[in-house]
Parts: sequence; structure tokens; C-alpha cells
Amino acid sequence: MADTVQFDLVSPERLLASVAAREVSIPGAEGNLTAMADHAPLITTLRPGIVRVSGPEGDKEYVVTGGFAEISGSSISVLAEQAVAREDMTQDAYKAMVNAATDKLAHAQETFVNEPGPVDEAAKLLSDMVAIGDHIGLSAN
Amino acid sequence: MPNLKDLKNRISSVKSTRKITKAMQMVAAAKLRRAQEAAEMSRPYTERFNAVMKKLAASVGDAENAPRLLAGTGDDKVHLLVVMTAERGLCGGFNANIAKLAKAEAADLLAQGKTVKIITVGKKGRDAMRRDYGSYFIDHVDLSDVKRVGYADAQAVAEGVLKRFDAGEFDVAKIFYSKFENVVSQIPTKQQIIPADVGDTEEVDTETFYEYEPDEEAILADLLPRGVATQIFSALLENGASEQGARMSAMDNATRNAGDMIDKLTIEYNRSRQAVITNELIEIISGAEAL
Repeated sequence: MADTVQFDLVSPERLLASVAAREVSIPGAEGNLTAMADHAPLITTLRPGIVRVSGPEGDKEYVVTGGFAEISGSSISVLAEQAVAREDMTQDAYKAMVNAATDKLAHAQETFVNEPGPVDEAAKLLSDMVAIGDHIGLSAN
Repeated sequence: MPNLKDLKNRISSVKSTRKITKAMQMVAAAKLRRAQEAAEMSRPYTERFNAVMKKLAASVGDAENAPRLLAGTGDDKVHLLVVMTAERGLCGGFNANIAKLAKAEAADLLAQGKTVKIITVGKKGRDAMRRDYGSYFIDHVDLSDVKRVGYADAQAVAEGVLKRFDAGEFDVAKIFYSKFENVVSQIPTKQQIIPADVGDTEEVDTETFYEYEPDEEAILADLLPRGVATQIFSALLENGASEQGARMSAMDNATRNAGDMIDKLTIEYNRSRQAVITNELIEIISGAEAL
């Protein structure tokens, strides 16, 4: 059994990482999951969070804001809408992301007065964003 | 015969034109390299995205409750044409070719009795289409302030399109842009984005059974709007590269033409200068003979 898998992280604007990985933890829409070699084929959507890759070349973390992941036995591809390496994440960039989420929530609350669905989704998005901030030590305010 | 002074002025004016076109060509070459890089960077995402879409479409595609973005509204009366061109001219036939393709499509659809709505992205396409199809315009996206097209720009365009689709304003959407083949050839292309054209679903490898989290329909519903944005994004990038490529070759031609013209004018200048000298000599000699 192979102990590493090919891991690719791509955003629409560029390819961020293409490395061999031992394990990759992914913020799936229905909960975090960690994929290793020979994982059962899976396609999942992402919520905003941290993708953590550990491999022979050390660990690396990326902040992603949604998208989806395709996992098969021999490769893991994360297609993120926006992705930034954790060390490149600045307070300003993070603030902008949180603000975008806050605006979305306000907008949803205005547009969908009697429908809780979209409002809850937007609220969840915002709380996910705030959770990222806590994790990487940036403040949401 | 034009006099010497006039010729001299013309030569110097053509020379400065040549300088300008040469500079524009070099700027376009530098921009082209950047635009091409951007287009190449986005390719991995687009390829993978389409592969996953294909898989999903193959497993859900025939279901009756397939999302409307994939299956269509069941009608094809109202067509939306998204015409993407450049914000600037002086790039050969680039804008005109895209507009021509879009016009042909619009004329075709109108002849079939369909309703046409047009959204233009980029000022030049709007100007080119206005005379014949100005009354069909419903929106315009201005990208003149955007230095480098980002995914966010594509998303904004896609959001506008999707909003109209949800409101039932059209049944089919197509985008018009120019595919970048190489520096000398850019191919005006039309592509259907709604309902999503995922290509041949039969060649999908059905050996691997994927698990889906959440279920297929939910993922597909999440993915399809992204698919529209992705397609628009890659079209915008192709367009960016094509524009610079077209401008580069147009300016290269212009530079060469200016060079030819300078040569021709210089010969004419020298000839008339010699004629003047000869004339003067004849005058002097005949003056001397008369004495």
C-alpha cells in the first residue's frame, strides 16, 4: 500500500500546490475529514476552513473559502474558490473576507425575510470565517 | 510634384507614427506574455472542474428533477447572448470578428422567430453591435477599470446572468469570445453556458463509484453556478490573451507598413531634390550661354 497520495490544490487563478502527501485534512460541508492513501472515492463540497497537508516535505496549511474536493485512492484534488497559504494570509485580507461574509449575511437577512434557509447559510459562512480567524490567530474585528 | 518641405514633413510624421506603433507592439508583447500565463494558470482548475461536472452530470443528468441549469427550462424561446470583447481598439480584427459572429447568431435566431437579449462585456463590442442590435441590449459590463481580470470579475458577470436566469428572463445563454490559438490566430468562438454543456457523458469512466457528501443533487446545485463563473472566467482570460496577440500582430503590420512608406517617401524626396538641383544647373548654364 502506497503511503502517500498526490495532492493538488487549485484555485481558478492558479495552481497553489501539487505535492505528495501522507494525509490531508479537509473542511468538508458535513464535517472535517482527513484523507489518506487509498481513501474511498469521494466528492464533497467545502465550507470555509483550513486545508492541512502533511507529507514527506513537512506540513502546510491553506485557508480556503469554499469549493469542492475530489478524493480517489491515488489522488486528492481540492478545487477552492479562493485559496491562500496560511503564511500569506494577512490581517487585511482576512478582514476583507470576513466583511464579505458579513455583507452577505446582512443582504440575506434583507432579501429573505421569511425564509430562514439562506439566512442560516450566510450566518454559518460568517461563523466559519470567524473560526478560521481564531485558528490562525487573526482577529475578525 | 509635391515640394521638398512637404515631403520632409510627411516623412517625419510617418516616422513618429512608426515609433508609436512599435512601442504599442512591444507593450502588447509584454502584456501578452502575462495574459498567456494567467490563462495557463487557470487551466488546471477548469480541467478538473469539467471532469467532475461530467461525472456528476452522467449520474444525475437523466433524472427528471435535474437542476434547470443543467437540463434547461424545457423551452428555447429566449436566447441571451453574452458578447465579450475588449475595452480598447487598435487590435486588428479582434473586436470586429467577435461582433460579427454574435451578429450572425442574433440574425439567425431572429429569423427563427426567437427572442434575443444581449449583454455586452467590453466597450468595443457594444459599439460594434449598437447600430444593428442596440434595441436588444439589456445590460453592459464595464471592465475598463480592471487591470488584471480576476475570478471575482467573472463571478460578478456570472451572478448577473444567473439572477436573470432565476427570474426566468431567458432559456438559453451563450457566450461569445475569442479563443487564443497563437499570436497570429485567434478564433472567435461561441459557447453555450446555460443549460450547461458538459460534453459527451458517455466516455466517463463508470468504474469508480464516488461517494457524495452531501448528495449528488446538492453538490450539482452548488457546482453549476460555479461552472458558469468558471466558463466566463476562462473565456475572459482567453479573450485577454487574444486581444494582446491581435494587437501585437496588428501593430507589427502597422510598423512594417510605416517602414515601407518611409522608404518610398525618402526615394521620392531624393528624386525631387535631385530634380531641383538639375534644374538649377540648367538655369545657370543656359544663363552663362546667353551671355
